[in-house]
Amino acid sequence: MSRVAEFIFRRRGRNGWHWTDVFTWVWLIGGLFIMFGPAVWLVGSSFKSPAALAEFPPSIMPYVTQKATVEGYDKPLDLYEVTMPEGSKKVLAEVRRIGIVAQMVSPDKPTEIVKVNIAERTPVRTMSFATSNYSEPFTHFDFVRYLWNSVFVTVTATVITLIVNSMAAFALSKYEFRGRTFAMLLILATLMVPLSVIMVPLYSIISALGLFNNLWGVILPTVATPTGVFILRQYMLTIPDELIDAARMDKASEWQIYWRIVLPLTAPALAVLAIFSVVWRWNDFLWPLIVLSRKELYTLQVGLSVYSGELNVQWHFILAMTVVTMIPVVLVFIFLQRFITTGIAGTGLK
Amino acid sequence: MGHIKLTNVTKSFGAVDVLHDINLEIKDGEFIVFVGPSGCGKSTLLRMIAGLEKPTGGELAIDGKVVNTVPAADRGLAMVFQSYALYPHMSVRQNLAFGLENTKMPKAEIAERIAEAARMLEIEPYLDRRPGQLSGGQRQRVAIGRAIVRRPVAFLLDEPLSNLDAELRGSTRAELAALHARLSATMIYVTHDQVEAMTLADRIVVLRAGRIEQVGTPLELYNRPANRFVAGFIGSPHMNFLEGTVEAVPSQKAIATLAGGHRLELPVGADIETGSRVTLGVRPQHIALGAGDNSIRAKVRLVEALGSETVLHADVAGQKVLVVAPGQHDLLPGADIDLSLSAAPIHLFNERGLRLERAV
Amino acid sequence: MVAVRLAMGAIDVPLRWVQRRLGIGGMATFFLLPNMLIFGIFVLLPFFINFAYSMTGGTALFLPDRTFVGGEQYARLFDCVNYTDPNSCAEDTFWTAVGNTAWFVVLQVTLMILFSLITALILNRELMARSFWRAVFFFPVLLSPVVVGLIWKWILQRQGLLNFGLYGLGFDPYTWLNDRNWSFAATVGVSIWAHMGFYTLILLAGLQAIPKDLYEAAEMDGTRPARAFWRITLPLLMPNLLVVVVLVLIRAVQIFDEVYVLTGGGPGISTLYITQYIYETGFATQLRNPGLAAAASILMGAVLVVLTLVQLGLGRKGEKKGARK
Repeated sequence: MSRVAEFIFRRRGRNGWHWTDVFTWVWLIGGLFIMFGPAVWLVGSSFKSPAALAEFPPSIMPYVTQKATVEGYDKPLDLYEVTMPEGSKKVLAEVRRIGIVAQMVSPDKPTEIVKVNIAERTPVRTMSFATSNYSEPFTHFDFVRYLWNSVFVTVTATVITLIVNSMAAFALSKYEFRGRTFAMLLILATLMVPLSVIMVPLYSIISALGLFNNLWGVILPTVATPTGVFILRQYMLTIPDELIDAARMDKASEWQIYWRIVLPLTAPALAVLAIFSVVWRWNDFLWPLIVLSRKELYTLQVGLSVYSGELNVQWHFILAMTVVTMIPVVLVFIFLQRFITTGIAGTGLK
Repeated sequence: MGHIKLTNVTKSFGAVDVLHDINLEIKDGEFIVFVGPSGCGKSTLLRMIAGLEKPTGGELAIDGKVVNTVPAADRGLAMVFQSYALYPHMSVRQNLAFGLENTKMPKAEIAERIAEAARMLEIEPYLDRRPGQLSGGQRQRVAIGRAIVRRPVAFLLDEPLSNLDAELRGSTRAELAALHARLSATMIYVTHDQVEAMTLADRIVVLRAGRIEQVGTPLELYNRPANRFVAGFIGSPHMNFLEGTVEAVPSQKAIATLAGGHRLELPVGADIETGSRVTLGVRPQHIALGAGDNSIRAKVRLVEALGSETVLHADVAGQKVLVVAPGQHDLLPGADIDLSLSAAPIHLFNERGLRLERAV
Repeated sequence: MVAVRLAMGAIDVPLRWVQRRLGIGGMATFFLLPNMLIFGIFVLLPFFINFAYSMTGGTALFLPDRTFVGGEQYARLFDCVNYTDPNSCAEDTFWTAVGNTAWFVVLQVTLMILFSLITALILNRELMARSFWRAVFFFPVLLSPVVVGLIWKWILQRQGLLNFGLYGLGFDPYTWLNDRNWSFAATVGVSIWAHMGFYTLILLAGLQAIPKDLYEAAEMDGTRPARAFWRITLPLLMPNLLVVVVLVLIRAVQIFDEVYVLTGGGPGISTLYITQYIYETGFATQLRNPGLAAAASILMGAVLVVLTLVQLGLGRKGEKKGARK
């Protein structure tokens, strides 16, 4: 046991704690709360009823005040545990509240009104997960539509990105031709031309092509990614040229060399690019916001932002939908973290 | 079938001329070896025959048909690469089948050819493995198998043994020779290793700096090297070269003086002028220990006793001489000894490095 | 899978014909074409049109319908009585956005690099469950900016987690995002929260590439740890640090998504940054003026190019210095 502890708290000071050891653990534990805390809080909040969300101070877990139907009252009444003047405790239902005095009735004696100081009572609450936060948006809003739009954009854009980028990378890594360096430089130079710089004219081009308010207008401008061409090319350069020569001697056409030799061998780099592309396209916001103005075309990100910007924000739905929007990315994170971190460390792309 | 002819073929990459005016005729069924130091253009020459490089000038013909513009796939040749270039993501079987599938060959025939090649090369147990799971020698066999199943008019082999360890190289060399005998197909083989060239070739093509230095059978090259370069390149250890000057030219002979004042009598058939500078070439194995008619005095620098033979590094008036003497000799560095050249076939090269023909 | 295979086989037949016509070299063009075409239409063309766009006026969408106004849009952007005071400018929101962005960049870049460097140094120590801790700091990187904005909007609102925590310490609830200064601080903090893990990862890779025996040699020489940090760690980390600085800087200048969701540029225009200014001028406001937006975007692009080149220049100079030593 002590050896485990020794390992866990391995530190610089051989005797006692060096200040860097203290700092390290303060930083790590603090980081744990600041990094994970907000997301955990979001998930927890997303299961609270609107009433619980409006409470201050908020409760940690989702609670709901129990209600009881009392004879003679149309609506179910909130239940409270009341400390009676003689000291006994009793569960009563609140009829109305005036200042600090509440008029309450016992559920079994609906006619007898008891006046109680509100300091003398606490609500009877049970934990309850408001799953309707999740189920209702699927029926009331166009949420399924947004989800579908996001999935369509993400999948289509990723597939096209992989094909188009890998073809270009193949040409730029395995052929000698005039202008090859120029083409490569041109592609790399666009790393310096971000969307925010060209969005105005790009919008006019999309409109001219009739792609305004069209999911393809969201997809097409994103697929010729320079980073994609770059990482695939770097990877393909490591495939020996003799393999290409061997395939040519084997009567393979250039297309077959690309499709049957080079592409399978580039699989690791393609996987990295695919993961990145999925995350990029799923998270895209500014460009879809510009291109899509019809509600039924919104992607999840646009839909969420529009609903959260309304005057009367329905937080209980927004929070739940935010959690749903996070799910694919969190799954990618959990299962493919290793791929992503090595990809970033190797190429510095995002 | 498998007759290849190169006429005035040249090749340059940009401003750099890699091959100059290559003329060569390869007969059907012949085992030809291109040999030379690295950068001599032998691989480029092979890749040009394969169709992977285009000649800059001249004419390349296979079986009488000019193929300068015919793509590699349509020349009916097969190639074994130095790195083997096996497709790493395909099984051995798929590797062998890939080229045949591209010609739309019926499945049954593909299977039959693979089975035949696998039997011949004894790679049947590995047919469903990936190249990554095979040893170097096994990969090498698969690479050859991939060429065999194609039934090409000629095999092109680019340093196929250079990635094997010494022992395996020896046995594979023997198998290649047997394979050639069995298939009796034209084989063109590139290597920088003169032992491979000597043991495998029907004829050797020695290249240097993009030019053919000599073409001939292994023994022709060994016995009658056309010039100093070929003489030095063929044979192991390298031939000794001693600089000298012609003193007098009696009939069919030349008297030459070496540095250090040794006078040697040499049989010469061609014209040679008194006072011209010559280079004597003697193979280390042809020098005998002890005094004789044509003997020189040397100082021993290093003795390498190998048991069956003794290699002496000696010094003749500042020129290095290597002697391989059979048996064991009790010599120490620093000793002065006599070396006899009387029984040695001495080669004489003129100032331009060309060999002077000996008197018969 | 079978269908894809058959389709690719079928494509091969016409492509073999194409290859016969074009030759092997020509096939390179064929492979390059789709990417270059998309790239040309959606990146290169808009890039050049942008210049023309910035010299036209009116609200018409397509370039041929727009009226040429020369440098008027630029003149308008620069029409100021006193350049230190945005309110004295004709286009006061532009200058406010420029000022906000400048402050944001200075603050965010400094803190981002400081925090990610500290985190990377800590993660580079001998640590139990290092990959877990790395994941902790990296996790927000993959979240969409909209989600990030919403998470923090929820935490910073009146009934949010922050007020809850402060309430426990005896403070009254406060609507942070309605305060000019706090909402500015929130945009800086949230953007650091969201992206810090990414830069930490790049720096960590650099740290791990430094051979351990250098430190052992330094220890044998009696070098103190602080000196080892300044004289060994930092110089060898320089290439990665430089990449990080360039990336952080370029992205800080373009900040938009998470801020747009978090504060919407408010309260007032106190967190309005330059990209949002371009977006609103070009698309969102009643009096949209695409020409003005294009002019502003070109100015931003110029700043980005200058920043990148300066950084690269510094990097090269540093490399040369290193080589001479």
